[in-house]
Amino acid sequence: MASNQTTIDTAYKTMKDTPREEYLQPGSPLCAGCGGEIAVRLALKALGPKTIVVSVPGCFGLLALYPYSSIENSMLFAPFASGPAAAQGIVDGIRIQVEKRAMVDPGSKVLVLTGDGAAYDIGLQATSGAIHRGLDFYYLCYDNEAYGNTGFQFSSATPTGSSTSTTAVTDSSQGNSLRKKNLFEIWKAHNPSYLATVAVSKPVDMLRKFEKASKMSGSKLFIAFSVCPTGWRSEPRETVKIDRLAVETGVWPLKESVNGRVTHTYIPRKRPPVENYLKTQRRFEHLFGACGSEHTLQEIQRDVDEYWRSISI
Amino acid sequence: MKKMLTGNSSAAWGARISDVDYVCAYPITPQTEIVETLSSWVNKGALKARFVNFESEHSMFAAAGAASLTGARVFTCSSSQGLIYGLEMLYSIAGWRAPLVLVNVSRGLGMPMILQVEHGDVLATRDSGFIQLHAENCQEVLDLVLLGYKIAEDSNVMLPVVVNMDGFVLSFARQTVDIPQREAVEKFLPRYSHPRPLLGLESAPVTYGPTTSDGFVYSFYKYQLHKASLESRKVFQTAAQEFFKIFSRRHHAVEAEMTEDADYIFLVTNSYSSNVRAGVRSLRAKGEKVGMVKLKMLRPFPREELAEVLSQAKAVAVFEQNLAPGRGAIIYPEIAEALYHSQERPDVLLSFIGGLGGTPLGMPEMEYMLKKCKEFLKTGHGPEQPLLLYRSEDWESMKHSLSKTGLPVSREVS
Repeated sequence: MASNQTTIDTAYKTMKDTPREEYLQPGSPLCAGCGGEIAVRLALKALGPKTIVVSVPGCFGLLALYPYSSIENSMLFAPFASGPAAAQGIVDGIRIQVEKRAMVDPGSKVLVLTGDGAAYDIGLQATSGAIHRGLDFYYLCYDNEAYGNTGFQFSSATPTGSSTSTTAVTDSSQGNSLRKKNLFEIWKAHNPSYLATVAVSKPVDMLRKFEKASKMSGSKLFIAFSVCPTGWRSEPRETVKIDRLAVETGVWPLKESVNGRVTHTYIPRKRPPVENYLKTQRRFEHLFGACGSEHTLQEIQRDVDEYWRSISI
Repeated sequence: MKKMLTGNSSAAWGARISDVDYVCAYPITPQTEIVETLSSWVNKGALKARFVNFESEHSMFAAAGAASLTGARVFTCSSSQGLIYGLEMLYSIAGWRAPLVLVNVSRGLGMPMILQVEHGDVLATRDSGFIQLHAENCQEVLDLVLLGYKIAEDSNVMLPVVVNMDGFVLSFARQTVDIPQREAVEKFLPRYSHPRPLLGLESAPVTYGPTTSDGFVYSFYKYQLHKASLESRKVFQTAAQEFFKIFSRRHHAVEAEMTEDADYIFLVTNSYSSNVRAGVRSLRAKGEKVGMVKLKMLRPFPREELAEVLSQAKAVAVFEQNLAPGRGAIIYPEIAEALYHSQERPDVLLSFIGGLGGTPLGMPEMEYMLKKCKEFLKTGHGPEQPLLLYRSEDWESMKHSLSKTGLPVSREVS
């Protein structure tokens, strides 16, 4: 599969084209070095001020902490599993008033914003329903690979070998023994209009994906790789560097699916060993050193290699 | 226009003449006929609304609440397991101050699974912030949907309303229902408009349901809910007066019948009120000084009205179709509290549980309840409460069933 760099009609050629308008203001209660926050900032720049954000419990529930809000957009805070369903109510409520009551169309968009706990676990059913119904909305999952807001417990997005506060490292356990759930393929099986993975170290790629999606109707879904210094026990200043390592080692493939057709938007040709990425985070520290698990490291590398082999570049 | 309608059709007609904009649907027996009816009307164009089938009650309620915040008039309905599955959302809908109407068709809660009536489902929502109105008959179902929107959308209230009817007994029973003319309804129920709609306007951004980390903020908004709910009593009264002027039917939060000279009062809610009324008339014919009180409004709880109508009686028998294990009946302690500070109050307040899963309430039960009240009055000693109304022929059938399971028949039920 080829990169699609050549034929794109886009307003975003380089980082300098990033919109200057800010809808996510500084001063939020999020942690220093939060990767997800950068993703939201970029997403709102691409989607604009008429975007209604539907937020659920998770780190980004803190974007509106009474009586303040870190974002300038309208926001609805909904229970954990209900984000996409609440989005459906907003979209439908506005549409029926435009059709029936001759209300002026406000031209708004609805963006569901959740972590991986809601997206991969408790809200999967509501998301399935919304995509299946063809709901015209955006979904941004900031995937920090655990329940970050409650103290970094295991979620089904947690990768193999990661220690979390509920998959502890012991004499008999090397952290999480399960594989990360493949949400991209699960969502893709619902035939959404647009689906993409994004990473903040590739901001132009991310902006272009939102730009492309915003020209389509239907469900437009994004899974954002989100470095979590607090949970991953990494250096806050290294967030973008770690994000880039995830992309370059092939751990986090950047791709999109347009009406079911998958294209990788960036191909890491060299793919350094995954250890370069894993070593930046103390959640994986037990895999290295004297007591380390060569087996788990090999398993992680093998999974990455097999992925890139399977897509037959 | 008078028509023979089931309770479910009456609910659908209530939504139709309220000109709802959005119907959120998920099937569950015995409610399904409501969404089937609304679906067919929307498809035929008889009702201009958006109808959406959801994948669960939790999602259905989420969408219903959110749509209500955009300014759409929203109708939804559920029952039993479904209501409880979506219970988390009901607290949010109330907290969002989304003024929708939900019709619940009461059905028992498993396990064991059952399809017939019990009020445990709707009573589990009693502390959510929803206003609760309970219907005796099909006409009341329709009327209470109209009144529900009127109260919910009042600017001093802005709370959701649940209208409750009994599964099977009412949902599938046909009765004559007067369906009001559209012009009359429009006079009673003007177009809903949300004061701060969630539309994503750049000029008027709004945030609904932000997190708070402060107890003083949480306390403030919770108490606001309470005050709005209390306020809805006045709003209900005014709305009911207007309703009577336009439609010539009266509705009160507490409805007393034959209580002026009554020594004994039966207190009841929902469709079994009709059985109690028939029983009270029969007992009256035999010279017993009995009356009845029907609770139409459960939330806000009409304490003062109840205390006023019950205080003169010698004994009150509270009949309920719910059972909270380890507590007894759910409404009974609220009635005791309502009477606690009355100068005059009944000497006897007895709790009876019956009609669970649709078991009968007839003259045997009425006479039994009266007898127990009289015994208590005479001896000053009351039975252990609550008393379960359970017929001997039902007990024989139960013993037969137990024998089939191979389990021992070990305990008698009084």
